[in-house]
Amino acid sequence: MKKIVIILLGVLIFCGCGKPREPLNTITLWHWMTDRDPALQELARRYAKQTGVKVQVELYAPSDTYTQRIIAAAQARVLPDIYGILDKKEIFASFIDNGFVADLSPYFKKDNGAWEKSFFAQALDVNRFPQGNIYKIPPGIYGVPIDVTNIQMLYNKNLLKKAGIARPPLTFDEFMADVAALHRVGVTGFVSGWGEMWMVDCFASNYAFNIMGEEKVMATFRGELAYTSGEWLKVLRVFQTMAAPGVLAEGIVTKTNKDAEQAFALERAAFAFNGYWCVNVYNQMNPKLAYGVMMPPVINSERPMKIWGGAGSSFVVNNHSPNKEQAVAFLKWLTAKEQQTFLSQATLNLPANRAALSDIPPVLADFAKVMDQTTHPTIWPYNEHPLVTEALDRGLQSIVIGEKTPQQVAQEVQAVKVRVMAKKK
Amino acid sequence: MKAKIGAFPYSSGMEALRCYAFIIPAVVIFGIFYIYPFFEIFNLSLRDWNGIDLHKTYVGFDNFRELFHDRIWGQSLLNAGFITFIALTLQNMLALALALACDRDIRAKNFYRVVFFIPPILSEVVVGFIWRWILNAGSQNGEYYGLLNYALSKLGFQNLAHNWLSNPDSALICIALVHSWKGFGWGFLMLLAGLQTVDKQLYEAARVDGAGSWSAFKNITLPLMMPVIWVVMILTVLGSMQVFVLILSMVGQGLVYHTEVPVTRILSAMTGTNRFGYACAMGVTFGAILVGVSVAFRALAGKMKPA
Amino acid sequence: MAKLNGNWNYYQWADCGKGFGIHSFLLIVALTCLFPLFWMVRSSLMSMDTIFADTALIPARLHFANYVQAWVDGHFGIYFINSVIYTASVVSGIVFIASLAAYAFSRLRFPGRNFFFYVFVLAMMIPLPGSFVPLYVMMNKLGLVNTRFGYILCMINLGLSMSILLLKTFFDKMLPDLEDAARLDGCGRLGIWWYVALPLARPAIAVIVIFNALNVWNEYILAQLLLNDPSLMPLQRGIMLFQGVYSVNYPVLMAGLTISVIPILLVYLLMQKHIVKGLSSGAIVG
Repeated sequence: MKKIVIILLGVLIFCGCGKPREPLNTITLWHWMTDRDPALQELARRYAKQTGVKVQVELYAPSDTYTQRIIAAAQARVLPDIYGILDKKEIFASFIDNGFVADLSPYFKKDNGAWEKSFFAQALDVNRFPQGNIYKIPPGIYGVPIDVTNIQMLYNKNLLKKAGIARPPLTFDEFMADVAALHRVGVTGFVSGWGEMWMVDCFASNYAFNIMGEEKVMATFRGELAYTSGEWLKVLRVFQTMAAPGVLAEGIVTKTNKDAEQAFALERAAFAFNGYWCVNVYNQMNPKLAYGVMMPPVINSERPMKIWGGAGSSFVVNNHSPNKEQAVAFLKWLTAKEQQTFLSQATLNLPANRAALSDIPPVLADFAKVMDQTTHPTIWPYNEHPLVTEALDRGLQSIVIGEKTPQQVAQEVQAVKVRVMAKKK
Repeated sequence: MKAKIGAFPYSSGMEALRCYAFIIPAVVIFGIFYIYPFFEIFNLSLRDWNGIDLHKTYVGFDNFRELFHDRIWGQSLLNAGFITFIALTLQNMLALALALACDRDIRAKNFYRVVFFIPPILSEVVVGFIWRWILNAGSQNGEYYGLLNYALSKLGFQNLAHNWLSNPDSALICIALVHSWKGFGWGFLMLLAGLQTVDKQLYEAARVDGAGSWSAFKNITLPLMMPVIWVVMILTVLGSMQVFVLILSMVGQGLVYHTEVPVTRILSAMTGTNRFGYACAMGVTFGAILVGVSVAFRALAGKMKPA
Repeated sequence: MAKLNGNWNYYQWADCGKGFGIHSFLLIVALTCLFPLFWMVRSSLMSMDTIFADTALIPARLHFANYVQAWVDGHFGIYFINSVIYTASVVSGIVFIASLAAYAFSRLRFPGRNFFFYVFVLAMMIPLPGSFVPLYVMMNKLGLVNTRFGYILCMINLGLSMSILLLKTFFDKMLPDLEDAARLDGCGRLGIWWYVALPLARPAIAVIVIFNALNVWNEYILAQLLLNDPSLMPLQRGIMLFQGVYSVNYPVLMAGLTISVIPILLVYLLMQKHIVKGLSSGAIVG
């Protein structure tokens, strides 16, 4: 009894009072990027030294935990001065609509748009709401990108050589022929983290853009083109073709991205589909890995491949923050050349600031080369309803495991689409 | 129920108040941290809300109506039911067998006691990690990467080598088995604690009466252990129906809908498709189902009690 | 006794065979349980170069430096102390509060007794997805965000229902003789709870101590919701940082996981003895 009472008393004394809120010339930043936390802390230290403004960098990981915290803090109206939104454009719009995010356009436009011009256009587009957007958000730029990203294919140089393949494939037919050659020498063709829905979605979206073009994809989202149409069936058949023996790594549909990265790093597959961050991962797992970057091989050679890319991570400024000016000033400093170079070198990320691009490793530079060919759901004028996307992605998985045919999946997805459209009305 | 003989009778209001003092700390904490959020969640389940908007549109029971027609939700319940069934039978039987074995005077029982509790201690992430490696399906030139397929091929059962986690026929079974493996330590521990309170003299008496070990088990151990077994079963049901971290760490976001369970559905409705109201409706429905199952179990356990 | 005799009869052989059967069964199960732990420790002693390449059971060179790196880079020092504080206070809080309530539900009679008990039991069954939103809003209003106290109260709440149910089940099984004796000796309710009920329920208390200690020790989601200050965060937060999306340093991760498992293993070792100690009270419980 005595012991328990003493412990309880001790606890009460220990945690009795909360800490007072931070003083005014401290700004608070919440983020989720475990890999970049040390670099951000270091930058905050430098900033404090230069300007006397203290930036409190707080990390909440993994990202679902971070998202929960942002959601809860929004409801309690205690969002920090600077934070990031890890969600669809629609949710971003909701944040703006409810006054949680400041319009940064005036700051970007200042001095003839000097700040705006320092970024990759694609990176800013992610944070831009253009005139007449479907979310009815006043046009403007609402976030600051700190890096850019894109997702491409990678090939293992040694394995390709082993199968007598001189150069990476450019067309899908070449790709399938190469994979067959690899299969003959006992090498698995392709690996990717298709146990994560967004990676399946991204791969399908690349081919949808290649096969039917952006306009028709958008028409599908608006409900004007059916998923049972010939173009979409062609997209679904890509997965059916790839489900042939020896093409896909065994168990690809339940592989997490990390698993897939490990398989490629250990030379267990000749091709991979992954984002630029893999450079860092492969580097750590197998420094001797000889690999190159390539665009996903096209099916329709009349249209260039479009891949997903744009801003990797962005920060927004809290509209209710009393330190708005200081927060913007910090973000301006963070995205200046010197800090961007530091960030990209410390964490092997592609900088959002073009000027900082000069001193990055060659493989990473290859990734950066095709930034002009990127697109992303966050910059499309229309977006698919998440329920339809879920049905499509799950359907693609069942095509890969040979459970359903493209026709069946197309019908199921279309049924969900019809239901969602009916509900909207 | 005989225990009530020894209870304090309450005669006055003052007496009752003294009794309440025992439960007040629990009730206060519980009221603030559970009951209040509970009503909030119920309130949210009647709304159309994306998680961000300050205004939450009231839609009545629309979410529940939609849920009723949601086939994937139905499948997720069935999947969880399957995992629970395996856990109830296999896992609890194993736990009981091991607890009985360790309750005797056998050599190294302390060793077993410690070792059986290792799986529950390890985090789901580690467990998923290890089992993913064991069940890995990949191979190169006939050499399997995964431990299980490798062992099968070395033992001459190549044709049994299998795509364990990406095959709709085996994925859920693998998950259920790993879940049972991870969880049996709990049942073992609680049953062992229960067995300790069974008077050993009763066994002696039974032996003198010429009862075999099976009849001693059936007539002495089982009836006395029924309350503990009931608790273990309820906790198994609750734990297995709500399993999800293990699934995420074994098959990522899942194999089509074959590994979907209610909690993964709730999570994907919450942060995947941003339908918070719907997710809360799922939670409330799921809770009602769990309560129903538990009440049924209680009734069953009551029936099985010797008169 | 059999050994004195020299000549074993059929029954003794059968007994021996049975013992062999039981032991091989126990051993097989034990091996599957030991394997992951062994694998974890093994991986934690390898280096990034060898972890994927070296297939030997015991790596040729042991890298104990991983543990140093995990401890230092993961800021495990402060997290470790925090986790010990949280675990100790939440577990003692739960044992105290839950055993009082469970004793009342089992032994005392008062209006609404069953009602309150079933509310607790039902609550255990109803998961609350999204309860983090109202919880955070409320904690913020109460000024409990970013305090140890607020986090501890939340964690106590999480373990309460299950502990009450388990303890009540054990209290119900106890024969009232000893309590009657204590009452004749002039013990009040509180005295009986403390001097009679709690010692008798030792095995059950050991179980809930292990259960809740494990829960608190492995918790990180609520911690990251309710706490801001890294100096208040528990150990699992350090582990989560290792598991960040881009980090792939498995040996250090495994070293961190091994460090985080050791204390809970110790708690278990200490507690499981009490489960055995319940034996001595067998004469009065049944």
